[in-house]
Amino acid sequence: MARNVTPARKATMTAIAWIIGLAIFFPILWTILTSFKTEAEAIASPPSFVLFDWTLENFSIVQERSDYFRHFLNSVIISVGSTVLGLIIAIPAAWSMAFVPTKRTKHVLMWMLSTKMLPPVGVLVPIYLIFRDAGLLDTQAGLVIVLTLINLPIIIWMLYTYFKEIPVEILEAARMDGATLRSEILYVLTPMAVPGIASTLLLNIILAWNEAFWTLNLTAAKAAPLTAFIAAYSSPEGLFYAKLSAASTLAIAPILVMGWFSQRQLVRGLTFGAVK
Amino acid sequence: MPTQHSRVKARLMISPAVLLLLGWMLIPLGLTVYFSLLRYNLLMPGMEQWTGLTNYRYFLTDPAFFDALRNTLVLVVGVLAITVIGGVLLALLLDQPIWGQGIVRVLVIAPFFIMPTVSALVWKNMFMNPVSGLFAHAAKGLGLEPFDFLAHAPLFSIILMVSWQWLPFATLILLTALQSLDSEQLEASEMDGANYVNRFFFIVLPHLARAITVVILIQTIFLLSIFAEILVTTTGGPGTATTNLTFLIYAQSLLHFDVGGGAAGGIIAIILANIVAIFLMRMIGKNLDA
Repeated sequence: MARNVTPARKATMTAIAWIIGLAIFFPILWTILTSFKTEAEAIASPPSFVLFDWTLENFSIVQERSDYFRHFLNSVIISVGSTVLGLIIAIPAAWSMAFVPTKRTKHVLMWMLSTKMLPPVGVLVPIYLIFRDAGLLDTQAGLVIVLTLINLPIIIWMLYTYFKEIPVEILEAARMDGATLRSEILYVLTPMAVPGIASTLLLNIILAWNEAFWTLNLTAAKAAPLTAFIAAYSSPEGLFYAKLSAASTLAIAPILVMGWFSQRQLVRGLTFGAVK
Repeated sequence: MPTQHSRVKARLMISPAVLLLLGWMLIPLGLTVYFSLLRYNLLMPGMEQWTGLTNYRYFLTDPAFFDALRNTLVLVVGVLAITVIGGVLLALLLDQPIWGQGIVRVLVIAPFFIMPTVSALVWKNMFMNPVSGLFAHAAKGLGLEPFDFLAHAPLFSIILMVSWQWLPFATLILLTALQSLDSEQLEASEMDGANYVNRFFFIVLPHLARAITVVILIQTIFLLSIFAEILVTTTGGPGTATTNLTFLIYAQSLLHFDVGGGAAGGIIAIILANIVAIFLMRMIGKNLDA
């Protein structure tokens, strides 16, 4: 609705938008600020916003007490591993559905999406028992497998909507020139599809990073990612706001930055192309 | 046109994905159905017994089931109401010409990237704690009695936490839809003398209808499975005040070790989710043709 607006109106709207934006962001800002306070300052009344003695000690205490780096590493392995594995399986599938569609393609796509609708708790019991018997409980490999499978439909759908936008004529031209299927994918399709693949990668790492049903239920100590690392702070011992904040800041910072980069892809990724 | 040759290869390329998803769906689902018909407790290994539909009867007549069903419904509807109405208003605001729009957008979208366990613990401790939370400080500052959110309005508190996480999603999708609105149509209606309220109800809202439906359906799928927020804040309590269906089944299977009962609950959760899913699939399916 960008029509002629008076500067006064624009200034009012700007003020309202900024106040609301800051209010929504405030819990995150407050957590980050608190992570630099001492425990006494963290619960001081009235609370101080910036005029306190900034300290870094909470971060080292958190690292010492609950080994942040190990959990961070688990989160990276699980989210990147499951996303990369998912892409390896999904790229050929999405390619064939986008460029060699059959009568059944639409049904296959819809069916894939329907597996995503399965509430995780509905299959919690068998997955838990299978994992227990296969020795996959509390292993990185186990979580990579589960997260690959639960995110596979989203990965395929995202790639499919991106591949659909690549003009088929170019691929046909390559085929006419005698390109094999392998070189067609490697040298023609891939360069054109890289932006789509990159945003699929980004969004799925975020989804896997924040996944908090399977990661909480299938890990104990060894393979626990950051979702479980934070859950350990749910039973407080003494003064702990500053430490909770430091742990929270460490858990969300990496993905928050990635999230901001991927916000434009978020809409089409999460609505399966229904809203672009 | 694709050749016969490429069709065969195409089928080969799609089969790993199809087989994996088929296995992922059928094997656990089959096992869940099987377990749901057994008397099977993890504390009594080797005592499994065929019991027919007993587990379902117990689960469906358990008062906790009705509490959980009601809580699930309140949670889903409450969060949907807040996020959809808030999302429409926020999208309208962000669509206005303002200074620093990009930065405001980034601020608004941020909660979506916060992991559920972090968001729940931060809200519970640093905001809603009746002694040293920020809301308590604010209440005291205004001379009011601090309110113990999680003790006196536990489900409402969880609704607030979850709404904060999902408001960005609704806003972002509605904003995207809003930006595809034809501005000429709005200008024409303005010249015809339509005021802001009329323009909103007769042009903007109908244009957003589709995006709102998508938001409602997708959020419902995720909201039916809310788990981590409840686990780290109230663990379903006090009593069953914040136990939703997902948490009830989790507690039955992994805290009470009642595999049979948990599996029966799982099947019921699947049936309920499917009712929602059918609507969502229709929406997206229609879009595939277009």
